[in-house]
Amino acid sequence: MEIKYYLYILAAGLTLYPVRALPMTLIRRDIKSPFIRSFLCYVPYVTLAVMTFPAILSATGSRISAAAGFLSAVLIAYFDGNLFRVALGACLMVYLTEVFII
Amino acid sequence: MKREECMFSENKRWCLRGLRDGVPIALGYFAVAFTMGITAKNIGMSPLQAAVMSAVMHASAGQFAAMTVMAAGSGYLEMAITTVIVNLRYLLMSCSLSQKISPSTGIGHRLVMSYYVTDEIFGAASGVEGRLNPWYQYGMAAVAGPGWTVGTFLGAALGAVLPVRMANAMNIALYGMFLAVIIPPAKKDKVIAAVVVISMAASLVFSVLPVLREISSGFRIMILTFLIAGAAALIKPIPVEKEEQHGN
Repeated sequence: MEIKYYLYILAAGLTLYPVRALPMTLIRRDIKSPFIRSFLCYVPYVTLAVMTFPAILSATGSRISAAAGFLSAVLIAYFDGNLFRVALGACLMVYLTEVFII
Repeated sequence: MKREECMFSENKRWCLRGLRDGVPIALGYFAVAFTMGITAKNIGMSPLQAAVMSAVMHASAGQFAAMTVMAAGSGYLEMAITTVIVNLRYLLMSCSLSQKISPSTGIGHRLVMSYYVTDEIFGAASGVEGRLNPWYQYGMAAVAGPGWTVGTFLGAALGAVLPVRMANAMNIALYGMFLAVIIPPAKKDKVIAAVVVISMAASLVFSVLPVLREISSGFRIMILTFLIAGAAALIKPIPVEKEEQHGN
């Protein structure tokens, strides 16, 4: 039983690492094609936006505190932009909303 | 200053910045990993096994999927196939990062950096201006990694949920940092702003419409990334001189 879980983890790890490492090690120079370059430039924005919304609205105990956290993160990101402050500001907002409003 | 010393202080500066930006990631990770630890305990894993799984995989949906395979007692081949399918988006992220690092980055750095391509670290790494210094990623991994592994261990060892308010507040940290990465460039560039808004709207559509909402979140991310980033690249290809401003 003990060894079985480790073998599963090994199987997962051995397949997961190449998924991450192959592009990083095989694509060794800057891609020339303007289309592919532009595509890869846009990838993070689409990926992160899709991961954030609407999932963020279910990230906390209630829609209200989640919406408050979302809104404050957007505002701090817009006016300040510092990753650390945006993330902690959103945490604080959710906490305060849940303590005082809900 | 000699060139090597200069390089050293540059690496150190990035590493420190990574350590700092790793803090909110670690907070969010801790909360998610704690829940994962509880699931691990429920399928019969020991806290150590759960922690090893987190240290090896550091993939949230990927690990939940892996535990489903373990709980079902399926074969190792099925584990391998599930792992690739559920985590395919990392392939895309890694392609994107391969263009973000300097082409002269050595193979050693590339191999170590790859180990820590997670949604959150990829997000923060994409957000830096200009080229990505590997040490920024190492700094983040040094803080976020233990948050993930220790969180899993404690979740499996304690088996109880975190105080609700604390867990809720920590959960939002990860989304907050995603927004910190995409909003500032969107403010400067209308095309990116449109890409962000369209992506969120499309994601919302995929999460509510029948049939579409059956698609797993990993695949939703892949499909929408190909469609929207592809369309944006066709309609608004980025001129080379502008790429520096994009930070990509």
